[in-house]
Amino acid sequence: MNRLALELPGLSLKNPVMPASGCFGFGREFSQLFDLSTLGSIMIKATTEEPRYGNATPRVAETPGGMLNAIGLQNPGLEKVIANELDWLKQFDVPIIANVAGSQTEDYVQVAKEISKVDNVHALELNISCPNVKTGGIAFGTIPETAKELTKQVKNVSEVPVYVKLSPNVTNIVEMAKAVEDGGADGITMINTLIGMRIDLKTGKPVLSNRTGGLSGPAVKPVAVRMVYEVSQQTNLPIIGMGGISTVEDIIEFALAGADAFAVGTANFVNPFICPELIAELDAYLEQHNVDHISELKGRSWK
Amino acid sequence: MIQKELMTVVSQSEIAKDIFEMTLKGALVEQIDEPGKFVHLKASDEMMPLLRRPISIARIEPEKKEFTMIYRSEGAGTKALSRKRPGDAVDVLGPLGHGFPLEEAAPGQTALLIGGGIGVPPLYELSRRLNDKGVKTIHVLGFQNESVAFYADQFAELGETYVATVDGSLGEQGFVTDVVNRHHLKADVFYSCGPTVMLKAVEQLHAAPKGFISLEERMGCGIGACFACVCHPAEDETGTAYLKICSDGPVFKAGEVAL
Repeated sequence: MNRLALELPGLSLKNPVMPASGCFGFGREFSQLFDLSTLGSIMIKATTEEPRYGNATPRVAETPGGMLNAIGLQNPGLEKVIANELDWLKQFDVPIIANVAGSQTEDYVQVAKEISKVDNVHALELNISCPNVKTGGIAFGTIPETAKELTKQVKNVSEVPVYVKLSPNVTNIVEMAKAVEDGGADGITMINTLIGMRIDLKTGKPVLSNRTGGLSGPAVKPVAVRMVYEVSQQTNLPIIGMGGISTVEDIIEFALAGADAFAVGTANFVNPFICPELIAELDAYLEQHNVDHISELKGRSWK
Repeated sequence: MIQKELMTVVSQSEIAKDIFEMTLKGALVEQIDEPGKFVHLKASDEMMPLLRRPISIARIEPEKKEFTMIYRSEGAGTKALSRKRPGDAVDVLGPLGHGFPLEEAAPGQTALLIGGGIGVPPLYELSRRLNDKGVKTIHVLGFQNESVAFYADQFAELGETYVATVDGSLGEQGFVTDVVNRHHLKADVFYSCGPTVMLKAVEQLHAAPKGFISLEERMGCGIGACFACVCHPAEDETGTAYLKICSDGPVFKAGEVAL
């Protein structure tokens, strides 16, 4: 019996576990460690129209149970991502979710239009929640009307389903989810990082060169679970849940909260073998608990 | 190939102030084929520190399935590591990165090895390998002061060795670059590891026609996925090019990276 296979808009998933964008590069490093075809999907690093170096270092700071990052959307740009990275990924039997970012609406539209034409890109993840860039990013993800309008514009040009990645840095997450649903989103991925800061006691200044960064890791999991719990009750969109997942129990918790599939972020940095390990453990867990399919658990906490 | 293994602590001792020498045993050692590569360690399952710590490799003994590292106990991660005792397990990911190219020094040639502080350890295995293939090595080791100095005797067994301390409490007073200049040290190739400011000064010495430097940097994943430890290449027309210290390095050709 296949307890893990799942159909979501645009995505035929062998299993519901995938690395989260920004935590897996374009997969090259991990391909030396395990067969990428074992993954449900890969959410590739955010792609912008032009190449970006990102922020100055230090870009990462550790915190209890988590880390702050302010990479700043470093990537080789749309052209190279398509020619080098996506083309290279074609050797693996895995659908790609392309994370699309930009500074203004036109950037998102241009990247979405081109990247959605690539064969192995089966869905887009609209990044309206990056906290580490001066323009764009989170600016699109905190005002419902703006998020709705951007979703609409990207939907107009995309050849594959569009998932919108929500930011937790909002007062009302449900309002944001409903806005992107109104804009025509096919799914939601949540949550991006929480904005945080660490200050160096020796210098008296913020540790990160960008001053603030996005908090991820086990520390943010309760926030993510709460938000998935709220959003899943108020929209009909499928949810790819993420935020601190590092054990099979975390996956179960997200499923009970209302997530359909699960993305693993920071845990890839601690244990690069985590995704294949979790896939194997999830299957064993479901068998042990007499669950015929992962979808049976979805939203049990509120149903 | 990169592996992850729970390795066993064979020995651990404090060889200078806050400087620990730890030997680990496990199958992973067979994969460490080059000096200058590093391992990424997690001392415990605790949530703080969450991330691994990159540590250089000072000595590789494949026949015993052991390697030795020398590290400074400074933050939470390395302090936890320093509390490990023989028989304890350490979660090791490695070997990572690109090491020092041995083939750049031919038998009969001279190599100048310049290390600063906790950048000294990887030069030890490098020196052993170079001497094994008939390369003459000259060592210049720099430390803050005598209390944190280590391995001067071990290096001296392998070749001409100079020690520099900032306060003159051991060896000669000054920086490693002062020693190189004072003794007019020249070689066919230089290899260096230490703080970036030191590497920059070493590059400007032109003590050899070619050289290789190993950069120290805070790292996230250690395998090139997180983009935490990027640096600018020296030649970069667009301003968007980058090198990852963990996976493109930590060893680079002198002049390749904008220091």
